[in-house]
Amino acid sequence: MERDGFLELRGVASRYGSTQVLSDIDLSIAKGEFIALLGSSGCGKTTLLRLLAGFISPSSGEVKVRHRDVTHLPPDKRGMALVFQSYALWPHMTVAQNIGYGLKLKGVARAEIASRVSAMQAMLGLEGLEARKPQALSGGQRQRVALGRALAIDPEILLLDEPLSNLDARIRLSVRHELRALQKRLGITAIHVTHDREEAMVMADRIVILNAGRIAQHGSPEEVYNRPASAFVAAFMGAENVLSLNGHPDRHAFMLQAGPANEATTVQLAGRHLLPGAVEARFRPEAAHLFAKEEFLPRRPGVAFRGEVLAVAYPGGHWRHVVRLGDREIMADAPQAFSPGMQVAVHVPAESLFLFNSPAS
Amino acid sequence: MKASRNPLAALWWVPRGLVFGLMAFFIFGPLFNLLLWTVAEKWYFPHSLPLEYGFSSWAKVFAPRGGAVESLTNSIVVALLTVVVSLLLAIPAGYALARLKLPLRGLILLAFLIPQAFPNLTVYVNVARIFYEIGLNGTIPGVVMVHVSHGLVYAVWIATAAFSAIDAELEQAARNIGAGAMRTFLDVTLPLAAPGLMASAIFVFLESLDEFTGSYFVGAPDVNMLPLLLYTAGAGGNYQIASITALLLLVPSLVFMLIVERFLKADVLSRVGH
Repeated sequence: MERDGFLELRGVASRYGSTQVLSDIDLSIAKGEFIALLGSSGCGKTTLLRLLAGFISPSSGEVKVRHRDVTHLPPDKRGMALVFQSYALWPHMTVAQNIGYGLKLKGVARAEIASRVSAMQAMLGLEGLEARKPQALSGGQRQRVALGRALAIDPEILLLDEPLSNLDARIRLSVRHELRALQKRLGITAIHVTHDREEAMVMADRIVILNAGRIAQHGSPEEVYNRPASAFVAAFMGAENVLSLNGHPDRHAFMLQAGPANEATTVQLAGRHLLPGAVEARFRPEAAHLFAKEEFLPRRPGVAFRGEVLAVAYPGGHWRHVVRLGDREIMADAPQAFSPGMQVAVHVPAESLFLFNSPAS
Repeated sequence: MKASRNPLAALWWVPRGLVFGLMAFFIFGPLFNLLLWTVAEKWYFPHSLPLEYGFSSWAKVFAPRGGAVESLTNSIVVALLTVVVSLLLAIPAGYALARLKLPLRGLILLAFLIPQAFPNLTVYVNVARIFYEIGLNGTIPGVVMVHVSHGLVYAVWIATAAFSAIDAELEQAARNIGAGAMRTFLDVTLPLAAPGLMASAIFVFLESLDEFTGSYFVGAPDVNMLPLLLYTAGAGGNYQIASITALLLLVPSLVFMLIVERFLKADVLSRVGH
């Protein structure tokens, strides 16, 4: 996937002591793109961000900005501004001094600094707070000061280390959109580290999913959501229902054998590559449809399973059922409740059923 | 709860009052005695209060021949120089100990305690002998060196604690935004460590001010310091002079202790020696 390569990572690896934190990171990021680095804690996403900022040197590989090698440049020579998870605002400086510090370093005249700081305050809704110390600000205000400090130096690349994770849930939702809109307006390339799937989906042009220090998949939010490249990605993107099936490919379709809960059927491969043998089938609770009788099943491509409702709960918007299919239990949503003990048919549309060769086969 | 309903609980203030009263007496009694001596003209046994009051001893102490002015100047000059030298050593040392992944870090911190680990007398007699050979005996730099070796443990330990109390991300934030390593140190690290460094400076100053053994062996008789004056006056039975000298030593200690108490925050204090 060769893009115009504004920011390029080639074979980047990092180790901490004897632990390999990152390996084989190849990534090409276009100018103005918003990238989300998504992964669970310990997957190496923060290490990758600190490596870009220059606080960690990679053990191998190179980082290039506009075809210029910056791999071993000190942090202050990179022109990448990082918004820390802790915000890391200087407690001995006021809001204005925090925001203006980068400009002061560049030798910008004092009057110019003052006007640019107040413009930044106006843009971020921090008017009237210039004389406050960070201790006297709310969490949301601190977050905006940290962002203002990073943006004040007009960075080419903005690095965001889970900047929303310390905010209240309600503020977080609106800040997502504000941040995204700001990034688009300023045309800055942004790399956003997060463990929140929804946050990544809503904000990013492209999501890079990291697993154990490697890129598991990267692509647009629709791609990683609807066409996960591996069982890990499928599970991480919410397809947590898992069933073991058997089958073999036959030209453009995959022939599924009858199992304890399903009859033999075929699914279109649609470009997927599958080997004959055991497969792991994954789907989201909201993708499954429940029917009281098999006769009601829709005439659309998919796989039907027979099962028994074990439990039902109402998390809001829909009813969530625990259904036993053979020896497995899965979750399935339905607009109306099916009472426990009922025999039901579960239909999973073909496009929502993710098949992967099981690691054992 | 049970005790408060007991009628005897009302008498609880008696032992408490006695304990606090005794504590106050042991702390303020000698101080009051000292203050009385500084203004006593005539005071002898068995009288419990001075017979005559006056300031003639003060005049004697601050007379050109009294030697107090010279001792006071010497003491302050030495203490200030000790602070400067100690901080110049302790700032880089403390920063390195706080930030770098040094092997044997604990051992290095402990090494600064060595001057305190052996009997002062033995150490300073030998120091005096060596200083005498190289011409440092009886000079201000000689006394300053002895005081620095003594005060460095406070300076380095507190400076290390002050630097490690600063979140490394605050420095990284400055580097990230374009500040070089030195600029970051001056703009972010040093101002944030300043209260801790101030406290360590005060400790070193006070230590130097009433250090006796080293000053005696290395300084006297060419460089006379305040504690020496106190010692001679006290030994000679001149309690007025001794008390006034003691007061001169006491006042800066009290003032600075109040300042230290304001500056030394719990987050720094909890890191001392770690």
